Amino acid sequence: MRRPGKRGPLNRPLKDEREEQLLFQSRARIGFAIIAGLFLLLATRYLWLQFWQAEDFRTRSESNRVQVRPVAPNRGMIYDRRGRIVASNRPAFRMEVVPEQTGDLADTLARLGEIITLSEDDLERFERARGRYLDFHSIPLRLDLDEGEVSRFAVNRHRFEGVAVVPYLSREYPYAELLTHVLGYVGRLDERDLREVDQDDYRATTHIGKLGVERAYEELLHGTSGVERVETNARGRALRVLERTDPVAGSDLVLSIDVDVQRAAWDALGDFAGSVVAIDPRDGSVIAMVSKPAYDPNLFVNGISKADYEAILAAPRRPLVNRSLNGGYEPGSTLKPFVGLAGLELDVVQPGQRIFSNGRFFLPNYDRPYRDWRDGGHGHVDITRALEESVNTYFYQTAVDLGIDRMHDYLAQFGFGAPTGVDLPGESAGLLPSRDWKRGRFNQPWYPGETVIAGIGQGFNVVTPLQLASAQAALVNRGRLWAPRVVYAVKGAEDPTARREDAPERQQVPVVNPEHWDLVLEGMRRVVNGPRGTARDVGLEAGYVIAGKTGTAQVFTQDQRRRYNQDELEESLRNHALFIAFAPFDAPTISIAVVVDHGGAGSKVAAPIARATLDAWLGQERLMGYRP
Amino acid sequence: MRRLVPGWLGAPRLDLPLLAALLLIMGAGLMVLYSASGEDMGMVTRQAVRLGIGLAVMVGLSQTPPHILRNWTPWIYAVGLAMVAATWVFGVGQGADRWLDLKVVRFQPSEIMKLAVPMMVAAWLHPRLLPPNFRDVLVCAGILGVPALFIARQPDLGTALLVGVSGCFTLFLAGLSWRVIAGLATAGIAALPALWMVMKEYQRDRVRTFLNPESDPLGDGWNIIQSKIAVGSGGVTGKGWLEGTQSRLEFIPERHTDFILAVLSEEFGLLGVLVLFAAYLFVVGRGLYIASVARDTFSRLVAGSLSMTLFVYVLVNGGMVSGALPVVGVPLPLISYGGTSAVTLLAGFGIMMSAWGNRRFVR
Repeated sequence: MRRPGKRGPLNRPLKDEREEQLLFQSRARIGFAIIAGLFLLLATRYLWLQFWQAEDFRTRSESNRVQVRPVAPNRGMIYDRRGRIVASNRPAFRMEVVPEQTGDLADTLARLGEIITLSEDDLERFERARGRYLDFHSIPLRLDLDEGEVSRFAVNRHRFEGVAVVPYLSREYPYAELLTHVLGYVGRLDERDLREVDQDDYRATTHIGKLGVERAYEELLHGTSGVERVETNARGRALRVLERTDPVAGSDLVLSIDVDVQRAAWDALGDFAGSVVAIDPRDGSVIAMVSKPAYDPNLFVNGISKADYEAILAAPRRPLVNRSLNGGYEPGSTLKPFVGLAGLELDVVQPGQRIFSNGRFFLPNYDRPYRDWRDGGHGHVDITRALEESVNTYFYQTAVDLGIDRMHDYLAQFGFGAPTGVDLPGESAGLLPSRDWKRGRFNQPWYPGETVIAGIGQGFNVVTPLQLASAQAALVNRGRLWAPRVVYAVKGAEDPTARREDAPERQQVPVVNPEHWDLVLEGMRRVVNGPRGTARDVGLEAGYVIAGKTGTAQVFTQDQRRRYNQDELEESLRNHALFIAFAPFDAPTISIAVVVDHGGAGSKVAAPIARATLDAWLGQERLMGYRP
Repeated sequence: MRRLVPGWLGAPRLDLPLLAALLLIMGAGLMVLYSASGEDMGMVTRQAVRLGIGLAVMVGLSQTPPHILRNWTPWIYAVGLAMVAATWVFGVGQGADRWLDLKVVRFQPSEIMKLAVPMMVAAWLHPRLLPPNFRDVLVCAGILGVPALFIARQPDLGTALLVGVSGCFTLFLAGLSWRVIAGLATAGIAALPALWMVMKEYQRDRVRTFLNPESDPLGDGWNIIQSKIAVGSGGVTGKGWLEGTQSRLEFIPERHTDFILAVLSEEFGLLGVLVLFAAYLFVVGRGLYIASVARDTFSRLVAGSLSMTLFVYVLVNGGMVSGALPVVGVPLPLISYGGTSAVTLLAGFGIMMSAWGNRRFVR
């Protein structure tokens, strides 16, 4: 279609400049029109996004920018009866890792291992935690970094994308093992814990009470978590806080435990394993609750190492067992005051009635002898003398006359055979045998001989030290039985005045005749102060009057016809030594139960421990002029 | 004294409306860059220096007569092609790199070709009769096709596209017959499956992601989604300068280079975007006007083609940022952070202004 053009030099066609320019202009116009049209189209796209859909995108931008984060409340502090801190919060640092941001997680962990200590346990725990979290969550790797580790990480921070050192408050127990079996400890929150708490409230919480007071009062100690709205960049780093609802710190607790008394009991136990429980009979508050051996609760706070835990598990005297709550002991003669009172109150034995002891007691038609501890017996004894000298025959006879079921029902009123209701988790019930119990348990009939030995606290009877101290408190209270309390007061974050937590009264043992009670208590006074008392040494130069009862718990069934020299027996076969006591006699402020594992005789080993504890309490009480 | 100063310094032959529009765009660009870089003055200064160099190149070229530029053209083209071919033959290993990294290590010869290709096509057509005959079209197709293929193999799809398109525009403005255009368009569409086959896997992923960004919102779709959120949340009036949360909190990827328009959209809103588009449209229109009054075929074709190519930059980049087109590494002209592209663009405007300085005064 091309027009035949003129030809110029070199036989080239001659260009028509004018024609070409017109052609160009027409093309340029078309081009510009297309471009303007496409620009319009592009502008429409922006109009669509920025006008029609702006609201939707604004919302998405906002949810990009703002993240809601829970803020953990500070855990409440715990004080002892005299205001000393027994559980506190120490500023510490932990290391957290966001797996998604590390790039190569295995490599990051390997390199971290070069600047901080990472045990197999830590890595295992981290792996397990990863299962619970998503990869863009911050997962704790190591708790409680030491100063060197914190500063080494600070220097190398640039090498570790997605790793951060975060400050937190770590629980600390300054008295370590002294209070373990009361306080318990906090440990890392795990899945089982999460099922039992309000998950929303624990979203920022890392630790939870696992045992003892820490567990029993978890709800109060924990507080309420707060919420923070933070501006966050694309990598999840919080840049500033936009809005914050402060968490409510957990309540502080004041224990009724007196660390001085606790320490006196602990020290007095010396190398023995055993338990000392002291209760103030006036209000049911627990003054001391020692179980020895114990372990350092601080080890558990930030995750105990396998080696440490295995060492505790393997320890021959089983430090994990809380003897005060879970130690099952035969009460032995410490049950006699209660059996004696049962005899009087249920009108089986008269107050002045004397029973003859010749050293051997026989059931009619049986030829098996039941012995007194003294060869030849104690002669004619009434209730006070029977208690003073711990005359078995008196109580054999009383028990036989009562019968096992009446004895069971009466003693149950003092809390034997049932948990005391103390404000600590995991308490044992002990065992108070009865005909029904034996049939249910063994499908066997009750044998008369079993009633005889039950009268002196042997046979099936099992008590915990706490039950003994609590029952004795009811005895001196004329039948008023408390559910013991280790927490004395609660100090809320918003309410700085301590709120007293009264021990609930469990029940009142009916009093038939107050004189019966006086006689039993008098008998106990004579145990320490009488001319023939079994624990006369304990009361020497005390400056106050102590009353009590010794006891021995058999470790294995001894042949009633043989005598054993307890000192010659191997320690693990030796009897447990028991002693219960209260003081001052006229207005008791402390009821104490001491059990010494394999201690032998109660009077020799257990009674001095009680004395040391009583001294600590009563000496201090007089000093402070304490009244509840 | 006046004789010691070159004459053009006294009265530089610059097109003031075009210059004003370019300065407006560059000024806005530096402002947005200040925000996008997180108020990094050092970055802004570096970019300002590069723009300054570009402006100097522009002024220098604007004072160079078109015929001299035309004489240089074959040499520039030859050297550029040799360098592009060298990068292909010696393989600097870019094929394995992701597009993010490509920004840092992108090799420069391909940028030269953005100018050299339309210049070479125009230089070829300059002495010939227009509209071009079939043989000339074939030669021109070779001139633009060979470097475009080399660059596409690098792989740098964005630059290859711009190089190829600028050559095509030259042909179009030279009066390529509509039948040929229609034929090429048909062939192009038919070649799409073939193109798909040639594409690298990461390029295919980009297309897939573009077609359905929500399918992988944390991976490849992230860029598109976050960019759209930035644009959309800007609304009509924008969040205000330095107030764009999507950019300041680093949700926008590549926010000072390829996605800088997202930052501008977020902070200045639809109004800002429309003003910017208007400025670009003005530049394109003014460039085409300059071309239409140019004195010779070479100037006309080069100026026209470069103007129209500028539009392609804006369209591809603007479409990518708003999620209307797939992610292709094309910067927003004179605004995206980066020196080579700015200098190349300003050099192009220098050539346009040279055409303007030597325009015909008589219609």
